[in-house]
Amino acid sequence: MKTRKALGGASLTDFKPQLERMERRLFLKQGLSLGALTLLSGCTLKDDDAVDRLLWAMSRWNDRVQAALFNPDKLAPSYSEADVVTPFPFNAYYEEALAPVVDGTTYRLHLSGLVEDKRGWTLQELRALPQTTQITRLVCVEGWSAVGKWTGAPFRTFLERIGADLTAKYVGFQCADKYWTSIDMPTALHPQTLLVLDFPETKYGYPVRIRMPTKLGFKNPKFVTEIFVTNDNPGGYWEKQGYNWFSGT
Amino acid sequence: MLRKASTRRGKLVHPLFVRVTHWINAFAAIAMLMSGLRIYNAAPLYEVRFPGELTLGGWLAGALAWHFAAMWLLLLNGFAYLGYGVFSGHFLRRILDVRPIAAYRNVKLEMKHLLLHGTGDYNIVQRVLYVLAIGDMLLLFFSGLALWKPVQLHELTKLLGGYDQARHIHFAGMAILASFIVIHGGVALAVKGTIASMVTGRLTKAYAKERQSR
Repeated sequence: MKTRKALGGASLTDFKPQLERMERRLFLKQGLSLGALTLLSGCTLKDDDAVDRLLWAMSRWNDRVQAALFNPDKLAPSYSEADVVTPFPFNAYYEEALAPVVDGTTYRLHLSGLVEDKRGWTLQELRALPQTTQITRLVCVEGWSAVGKWTGAPFRTFLERIGADLTAKYVGFQCADKYWTSIDMPTALHPQTLLVLDFPETKYGYPVRIRMPTKLGFKNPKFVTEIFVTNDNPGGYWEKQGYNWFSGT
Repeated sequence: MLRKASTRRGKLVHPLFVRVTHWINAFAAIAMLMSGLRIYNAAPLYEVRFPGELTLGGWLAGALAWHFAAMWLLLLNGFAYLGYGVFSGHFLRRILDVRPIAAYRNVKLEMKHLLLHGTGDYNIVQRVLYVLAIGDMLLLFFSGLALWKPVQLHELTKLLGGYDQARHIHFAGMAILASFIVIHGGVALAVKGTIASMVTGRLTKAYAKERQSR
């Protein structure tokens, strides 16, 4: 995400985009009669008007279409070492300088929800899991993309080890940077979905991030501290603000 | 090619089906275009950025929601239009008839009358432009699919030269569509009676009279 929000000490300039949006809305609503299309151009998917409700309903419909389109056996294209982009672009809902610093020695990956074994995992324990490497393309919702290299445990293996209910609908993630997101179980079980421990730069999610080339960038959570399995859609940070929940590639 | 206008007044020159799909198409295409510009602005491919006033959706998520909602409308409407065009013979009779003689006669007519619009008889310039516009929208559709699902449909993305290349193609398709809309809309506004006939399906009295006097 290039749209960054400061975590604290927000000043007026931090809300400039929102203010501009509001101004534009007012401007459009008050005057121009370029037709209904223009009048509705300020939709934020947060307002309770009919158009937003319709767009929201269409987004849910698109979730279902994408779930139907998702092929659990189809692999994302792999690339060579030479294609890897360095430095890998940083993207989050905050500035790079505000990325959390997690202490790997005291780190615990917490588990909750529909899992049999809820004890936390240390980094060493995670490292003891079978590891695999992928060089795949991360596609950002904004339209840019970059090829990166990630190494970690197949997420399916991890879910099996913790006795997760694999028939549950969703897997959710909580992160050290207060970010959260969730995915569908078929994507969680996809062979290329990894619990990543090695990536080019620590600021890019140390010590644990989830990598899935079958989802847009913002669905790949960084600095993961808790994983939970549930049948109630937990939504997510960006999803709540209007981004499509499924966001498959 | 060109029948006497006087005999056509009162007669339907644009079938209802064509008019309905045309206006739905216009709405959906413009919504996709405007929301697409907002999506483009989030990570511009080129030096150019588009002013917010030209865009739809307010911010990236809103623009994406518009884009993927209008997509379905455009798709269903496009299928309906293409199906109608093929099975009713509308395409063959009205658009794809670009035989040299017809073209020559059309150009000759155009020398006299410049652009004749709104009669249901498309001139050669219109025909070529309409074929281009339909082809361009198909290109936009496929390049859009390649960008939307570069993993699930990665054969298509590969066919288009990869993800980045598909973005360039999608952008070029957009630029062609925007140019078409400007030309098409400009001529429709310039030639009196065109838009009215595209709404009612019939020629206006004044327009029919004017046609007759030519």
